[in-house]
Amino acid sequence: MQTVKMVVTGPFSSGKTAFIGSVSEIPVVRTERKVTDGTRSVKEQTTVAMDFGRITVDKDLSLYLFGTPGQKRFDFMWEILSEGMLGFVVLVDSARPETFREARRILDTFRSYSNTPYVIGANKQDDEDAWPPEDLKIALGLDQNTRVLPCVATQRESVKSILLELLYVILENAAEEPSPRSRKK
Amino acid sequence: MALKGNLKDVGLNQLLNLIYLAHKTGALTIQRDGGGTAARLYFREGKLIQAAMDGQTARLTDIMVQVGKLTADQAKAIRARSKVDTDKELGLLMIQNNVLNQTDIVQGVKNYLLESVYTLFTWHTGTFRFDPNVLPPEERITVAVSLDHLIIEGSRRVQEWEHLRDELPDLDVPLKFAERPDVNIRNINLSVEQWKVISFINARNTIRQIASFLKVDEFQIRRIVYGLQTAGLVDVLPSTLPPGATAAVPLPPPAAPPVGRGVLMRVIDRIRKI
Repeated sequence: MQTVKMVVTGPFSSGKTAFIGSVSEIPVVRTERKVTDGTRSVKEQTTVAMDFGRITVDKDLSLYLFGTPGQKRFDFMWEILSEGMLGFVVLVDSARPETFREARRILDTFRSYSNTPYVIGANKQDDEDAWPPEDLKIALGLDQNTRVLPCVATQRESVKSILLELLYVILENAAEEPSPRSRKK
Repeated sequence: MALKGNLKDVGLNQLLNLIYLAHKTGALTIQRDGGGTAARLYFREGKLIQAAMDGQTARLTDIMVQVGKLTADQAKAIRARSKVDTDKELGLLMIQNNVLNQTDIVQGVKNYLLESVYTLFTWHTGTFRFDPNVLPPEERITVAVSLDHLIIEGSRRVQEWEHLRDELPDLDVPLKFAERPDVNIRNINLSVEQWKVISFINARNTIRQIASFLKVDEFQIRRIVYGLQTAGLVDVLPSTLPPGATAAVPLPPPAAPPVGRGVLMRVIDRIRKI
């Protein structure tokens, strides 16, 4: 059985657990605990180690989705989770600009671990205060080629489109790499 | 849909960059923390066209006085001749009475807009809101100021702010007069602001308290104190705060796993079918 892995990361309360829960065929393995610090006003429980979801592709292949803990004090987990990933999604709460800087920091950290492809999910687009993806791209200081996609993590179709977009980016990168045969020459 | 946030999260330069790159039209309202001053900047297709400080869009005569192109008496005389209070008529009266020409007026308004925005670069906290497609009142004059140079100047000012913050990281410390100033005091000219700060120097007053007494913001007090410090007139007592944590060194990137196109296509097909 071959497994491939994608990581869903982003600031605290950006919607990572909901994102994985929307597409996972198994109940998401959650390691949530009650929030004990000042972030309690935002949500009652948070992911302290990781979320785990699975999509079985066929009898020989499964896709694993790992969600990183959002609070900064658990960021030692990020590198462990990023090992061997195909690509990653950075989820941003589009309605909370106070988290944009943290989202950028997380993106830069993940890029320093590995040069794997990524996309940005501009989450909570159903919130009336949400920044549109194109404005979010500029606010995050991303280059024009970075894909910033509208997202509502609680809606399966929305999450599917983000994952597919990431897979297309991975596919493009795979196509650009020389094949094993051409490498031998 | 309005864009909302706080300047401490998304700085003015980032906002101007967003408006410039996205060619936005609308009004950016910034409310300083503590219910203080408010400013409103108007943009058309990514260019600054008008500014309103303290909730009021200034009349053309007021703007010309502020940028030094008219005296208060000249402005009063022009306003007295005006039948309707529009900038268009005020401008025509200035030109007809040979007080100013069109170039003076346009340049004066541009200078006013630039200075208004430069002032805002010293605001580091406060809420903002961008309302698309909101334009200034029709009776007020608009000129188009490109944001690219403004953003560059803004970056310079932000850098200056960061430099001052590095030089004076802690405002909760008192100042003291240098015991042996390494300068010839007779050759020093102090500004009014510097004299005001000096009048508050004693062991009980911290820099932050002096700023509060004088009603100046952190940027201004840092600039004034830094000026006095580099002139060798005052010393800043060292901070008692513990040193901050050092940044972690990034680890080398691990190699990405080799996954063939066939595997990727199978995953794509599966997700499409969910």
